[in-house]
Amino acid sequence: MKYKSQKVAYWFFALSMLLLVLQIVYGFVMGFARIGFDNLHEFVPFNVARAVHTNLLVVWLLSGFMGAAYYIIPEEAQRELVNVKLAYVQLISLALVGVTAIVGFHFNIWEGRKFLEIPRPLDYLVVVNVLLFLGLILTTLFKGKRQTTTALVLSMGLLFAALLYLPGMIPFDSQVTDSFFRWWVVHLWVEGVWELIMGGILSFLLIKLTGVDREVIEKWLYVIVGLTFLSGVLGTGHHYYYIGVNKIWIIVGGIFSALEPLAFLAMALFAVNMYRKGEKKHPNKLALYWTLGAAITSFVGAGLLGFAHTLPQTNIYTHGTLVTAMHGHLAFWGAYGMIVLAIISYSLPNLTGRKLYDSSRGRMAFWLANIGMLGMTVAFGVAGVAQVYLERKFKMDFMLVQKEIAIHFVVLVLCASIFATGIVLYIIDFYKHGRPTDEALEINE
Amino acid sequence: MLSKKQARAFFLGGTLVTFLIFIGLTIYSFSKGNDQTNRENLTADVVRGKEIWESNNCMGCHTLLGEGAYYAPELTKVVDRLNIRYDGNGEEVIKSILMSPSPWQLNGRKMVAYGMTEQEAGDVIAFFKWIGKIDLNGFDRVISPLAKEKMNK
Ligand code: HEM
Ligand code: HEM
Ligand SMILES: [Fe+2]
Repeated sequence: MKYKSQKVAYWFFALSMLLLVLQIVYGFVMGFARIGFDNLHEFVPFNVARAVHTNLLVVWLLSGFMGAAYYIIPEEAQRELVNVKLAYVQLISLALVGVTAIVGFHFNIWEGRKFLEIPRPLDYLVVVNVLLFLGLILTTLFKGKRQTTTALVLSMGLLFAALLYLPGMIPFDSQVTDSFFRWWVVHLWVEGVWELIMGGILSFLLIKLTGVDREVIEKWLYVIVGLTFLSGVLGTGHHYYYIGVNKIWIIVGGIFSALEPLAFLAMALFAVNMYRKGEKKHPNKLALYWTLGAAITSFVGAGLLGFAHTLPQTNIYTHGTLVTAMHGHLAFWGAYGMIVLAIISYSLPNLTGRKLYDSSRGRMAFWLANIGMLGMTVAFGVAGVAQVYLERKFKMDFMLVQKEIAIHFVVLVLCASIFATGIVLYIIDFYKHGRPTDEALEINE
Repeated sequence: MLSKKQARAFFLGGTLVTFLIFIGLTIYSFSKGNDQTNRENLTADVVRGKEIWESNNCMGCHTLLGEGAYYAPELTKVVDRLNIRYDGNGEEVIKSILMSPSPWQLNGRKMVAYGMTEQEAGDVIAFFKWIGKIDLNGFDRVISPLAKEKMNK
């Protein structure tokens, strides 16, 4: 690390890992409920487990993105963070708001709006927290010696992500309009502005890991985020086909969402090509694994599996089935989960001064987590396709179909155990790095 | 070869144009004549029903309009579907599920016991009936019981 204030990133990453573990625990609760072991029903019914699972996902990813920003922005802007104390205040308040929301879910305090279950009063606290974060990041960036494209794209992603949270807070009487604007948050996040965040982190990592010229990397970064918005904004229409809005979205959403995989394809080609081109071979192999892994897996999970159900002719059968859950898992994992783990793997040795660059534990973590997640994707996929045929094509009753496909959830839980083992190894590696220290300033490359 | 400046222009230009079209289409699809959200039939009961739906996170297990969780049945045409299965007593069955003080588990999977009042259950049913009348561009044919009847004949 080059600046003392980068150390705050470590604590955001640590919070992120803690929440990831909890997310997985609630994933298992749902997995078991689906194979008949719903023993926790009284305390943690399925809807509680689900809200906790998906909200923890969002919070651990955000905490990871924030940590990434606190690490990357000082280095790109070439100055210390403007105020380190406030950054710790922001960390603690983020953790408090997150935990309060999760605890509230267990007591029926929530809004039943998928992915945006956090109740309105807490939403305002989220807004304050994110404003504080943005204030720190943006003033550091603009007071800095330089404003690189990488830093600008990353900050723009974070800023837009905050702005797009607002449409989700408007109250509506109609379920249809409610849903319509809920997608402005959920879709425009994952298939829009979060891709800017991912692109910014990816570009930073590629510059550091491959040694390819910054100008070349940042030029392609613009092309990628250009493709993202060109397809992703109007691609929102793929959620509007069958929820009660005008047919115009079937055409517009169909065409533009079918183009969305291009941005992910570009991201994968970009990462692989820069790696091939790079002269410098950075010794941090684990960071490289996760970086290339994120670029490639996001193309498979978001690009290919997204395309698989995005055409309106297909989506009419798969809409709201386990096919969606199949895609949701690999897309979130490949694009956002893995990029967070990539920046953590890259920055930990620099923050702590311990160069555990290529431990066999680290490699096992990478392979077990990915093989486990691929297995889970297949399990959800087989269950989903069977559900589509039996329920949607042959009109069998929902619950009878669920009994037929329960076996695939046994496979899901097995693969989830492999995945969870990988994550545990990753976290052991994290812990073995020790704490961040100012001594690491000198030991750097 | 593409320069960095051109790449940036592509990003900014593309974003601006698609964003403006997006806003335009949003206004278009909620304007008179194009709006098919069944807004004109929103009554106080329906709105209260929606609030109950939301404050209990029913979407955490069920789907509605194809959105939600995949643990419990799609409820878009639930009144019609249960009317067919229970000889026109669909509404009564829904009421008894919602008002039940112990978890409903006809098919092995437990539902949360909400113990609603008759009034609350009625509001939820009003909400379901309102949902059932939205024009879903054909999705209702894939999930509705009427399609099922046709298939079996
Ligand atoms: C990293 C990027 C992405 C992530 C994290 C992601 C995640 C998700 C999630 C969680 C859902 C379920 C949403 C819900 O029902 O509330 C979803 C739905 C969907 N996604 Fe993605 N997605 C990504 C990219 C894409 C792309 C690129 C495409 C298309 C090419 C796509 C196509 C779809 C479609 C069509 C649905 C709706 C499924 C339905 O009707 O039930 N996604 N996505
Ligand atoms: C031990 C590991 C995990 C298990 C057993 C698990 C299981 C599940 C289950 C059973 C659901 C609910 C599906 C339904 O509604 O019926 C779900 C939802 C979801 N999980 Fe996981 N999960 C795990 C890990 C993860 C991870 C690591 C991620 C992200 C990187 C993730 C992202 C999601 C998302 C986005 C949804 C919502 C999907 C949708 O609505 O389409 N899960 N998970
Ligand atoms: Fe989407």
